Amino acid sequence: MDHPLKRDHARFRKIIKGKIRDNLRKYVSHGEMPIPKGDGTFRLPMPSIDTPRFKFGDRQQGGMGQGEGAQGDPVDGQEGEGQPGQGEAGQGEGKKELEVDLSLDELASILGEELELPKIEPKGKKTLQSTTNKYTSIGTVGPDSLKHFKRSYKEALKRQIASGTYDPKNPIIIPVRNDFRFRSSDVKIEHENAAVVIYMMDVSGSMGDEQKEIVRTESFWINLWLKSQYKDIEIRYIIHDATAKEVDEETFFRTRESGGTLISSAFKLCRDIITADYNPNEWNIYPFHFSDGDNWSTDDTKLCLEILDKDILTCSNVFCYGQVESRYGSGQFYKDLHAHYGEKTDSVILSKIKNKEAILDSIKEFLGKGK
Amino acid sequence: MYRTRSIDGELLKIKEEIEGYALQYGLDFYPVMFEVCDYDTINILAAQGGFPARYPHWRFGMEYDQLSKGYAYGLQKIYEMVVNTNPCYAYLLNANHLVDQKTVMAHVYGHADFFKNNYWFSSTDRKMMDVMANHGTKIRRYMNRHGQDKVEAFIDKVLSLENLLDVNVLFETSELKLRREEQRTQMSNEANTEFDDDRSQALKSFMRSKERTRKKGKEDKKDTNELDVFNEFKEILPCKDIMDFLMDFAPLQEWESDIIGILREESYYFLPQRMTKIMNEGWASYWHSTIMTQKALKASEIIDFADHHAGVMAMSKQNINPYKIGIELYRDIEYRWNVGKFGKDYNECSDMREKYHWNKNLNLGREKVFEVRRTHNDVTFIDEFFTQEFCQRQQLFTYKYNPRNGRFEIDTRDFEAIKAKLLMSLTNFGQPIIEVSDGNYRNRGELLLRHVHHGVDLDMGFASDTLKNIYAIWKRPVNLVTKVEEQDTVFLFDGKEMKPVK
Repeated sequence: MDHPLKRDHARFRKIIKGKIRDNLRKYVSHGEMPIPKGDGTFRLPMPSIDTPRFKFGDRQQGGMGQGEGAQGDPVDGQEGEGQPGQGEAGQGEGKKELEVDLSLDELASILGEELELPKIEPKGKKTLQSTTNKYTSIGTVGPDSLKHFKRSYKEALKRQIASGTYDPKNPIIIPVRNDFRFRSSDVKIEHENAAVVIYMMDVSGSMGDEQKEIVRTESFWINLWLKSQYKDIEIRYIIHDATAKEVDEETFFRTRESGGTLISSAFKLCRDIITADYNPNEWNIYPFHFSDGDNWSTDDTKLCLEILDKDILTCSNVFCYGQVESRYGSGQFYKDLHAHYGEKTDSVILSKIKNKEAILDSIKEFLGKGK
Repeated sequence: MYRTRSIDGELLKIKEEIEGYALQYGLDFYPVMFEVCDYDTINILAAQGGFPARYPHWRFGMEYDQLSKGYAYGLQKIYEMVVNTNPCYAYLLNANHLVDQKTVMAHVYGHADFFKNNYWFSSTDRKMMDVMANHGTKIRRYMNRHGQDKVEAFIDKVLSLENLLDVNVLFETSELKLRREEQRTQMSNEANTEFDDDRSQALKSFMRSKERTRKKGKEDKKDTNELDVFNEFKEILPCKDIMDFLMDFAPLQEWESDIIGILREESYYFLPQRMTKIMNEGWASYWHSTIMTQKALKASEIIDFADHHAGVMAMSKQNINPYKIGIELYRDIEYRWNVGKFGKDYNECSDMREKYHWNKNLNLGREKVFEVRRTHNDVTFIDEFFTQEFCQRQQLFTYKYNPRNGRFEIDTRDFEAIKAKLLMSLTNFGQPIIEVSDGNYRNRGELLLRHVHHGVDLDMGFASDTLKNIYAIWKRPVNLVTKVEEQDTVFLFDGKEMKPVK
């Protein structure tokens, strides 16, 4: 049995997760994104869960220090720097900022619970396979390095007892060749579902920084959820004004172009990427398109619908269109799509994102169908 | 428990050696039991205040989480831990160097001597290991009966009051208490059970509260009003021991009252340590330094020792290091009493040169520091021995927030100001003084708390949340008298929000 404190620790983690869930809307709408730490976990600044006590206001109080310096010199630096190494049993009032580390799965499950997201049903055949060796069984042959000593000696003991050579007063067990047992591997075939997310964003003059921030936040959480659902996930980014090009993540969120908007250019590029790299039988494909709803001409919109119908919808799990409200956008594209697909199509999801507060609802609209 | 083991082999030899030196120097301590454990165990123990068994609560988990992370990132490391019990338990980290273990042991004997001899520790329960474990069992039982969430939520509320203690209670011996109790009994002309002294504080207060509910029950039947209770207030108000007050007068269930008693007892157990941080650490550091440099160090260990000692004594611009101030003050006292730099003659001497070369060869230093460690706490220690020369030598300063550039800046190096600030930060173990002034405020059963203001305002955000928790226990509106930016203000928490009352 482990130390009872571990239960307190588990309890603490549970309370924290509850806090994060309660504050998820705030996290999302303030754009306070968890910081990925590189080892697959995320760090979140925590809303305080300090026990409230009567205490002095900090600012007014100031403090005391030791060392060089004249009046007016700053005493900045890391709080608690040069703290003594030894310490009495935790009697200090902890001033440390609380930060929590959560794994991707934990964070995604919080998102999933809060938004009541269904698990995604992967489509298509499970063609991607990987084999893994799991050492779960025992065999009579194998290399010395895999020798299972306990089993081997058990066998030897059995043999000695059966043959009457075992003496309980002098319990020496000598295994012979036939007694040796080795760990042996079972080959397991794992089916994996791979997915690709293709983000397309309108970066024409009418998409401002705030709109991009919304797209950025939304895509972070969408990625998070999809990553928790698929073992393998690729993300591609396309920006477009009158022409489209593929870019890396950094550029995707930073670029600000001006000029007209031809949505079809992005759709074409998206189609080309899919044809070139992603066989729809093997991949779950998620094209996302974000814009403020302006398109150059009705002709182009017609072309868009055609590409969608013919090429993109046939191979993707679901096509998502998020319309970010901006002062200059007309919002026409949403209406066009709505008129064309209406409510009944499962393969197209439309969402309007008014402001940051609406991000969470929009994520729910996109992912709520479990596609 | 399997996580720690007693020392043996070389460590045991070292222990005997160090213990011998400590005794030679005249240190006086309960037997010290050293145990070795790994870093995870020491984190667990530290998270639980040094005790292997505590009541279940998430805050220990939080503490552990932070300690573990601090260790993993290499930010902090606990070398050692001592618990104030008899025998005195001390934990060593198994990954330490031998020279570190030596230093730590010498340090521990300093603490052990302090625990046994400092007057403020005289009333602490030296069997606290058992008491804590019993508290754990009791609270676990309450959790089984009433539900973990409910009990934990109540503990959360009571923890808000953990720092509202009355230091005088430390000297409230059971005799005194009994006498007062008897007086009260005589006044009310009712038979009152006298409690056996061996029982724990929590149990006694619990039994008292039961007694009272029984009494109250009778009174209700007799149809007398509650005036008697309100008269009872008058004898004890103002009251700084807020947990005790709530335990006696708040409308609580038995288990709730018991839990307040338990947490109160634990808070008072830790109180002397909070009141003597500088003295205690200073004393232990003084002795590890003395023992190591004069007796125990081998030539090959000097560099490592010096390195670690310097790390512990590091000065900081943001904080006062209690180890540093403590050890330097003891050394200063020892020096002053050795050469006789104290008393009327010295103080009234106006010749700076004579003062500087003052030496009467009294050699009273060692005797004096032993006396000081017996009778003082941090406040009196600083008040009496913190001199201008010392202040300058230690390069102390105060800093404050500059709203113009949003930074903390050095404010002054003026001795009086520094001393005042230092004393202020130690007064009432660094916590605001809050007392109950009335339990029937405005004749509406409201609670009236008063913040005894000494120049620093309360953090009102925290105050509001604290009042909310007190309200949940008192179950009637709670008022707080304090000053905000020099203005006397009364705040009222009515169950929904805190607002100022005109």
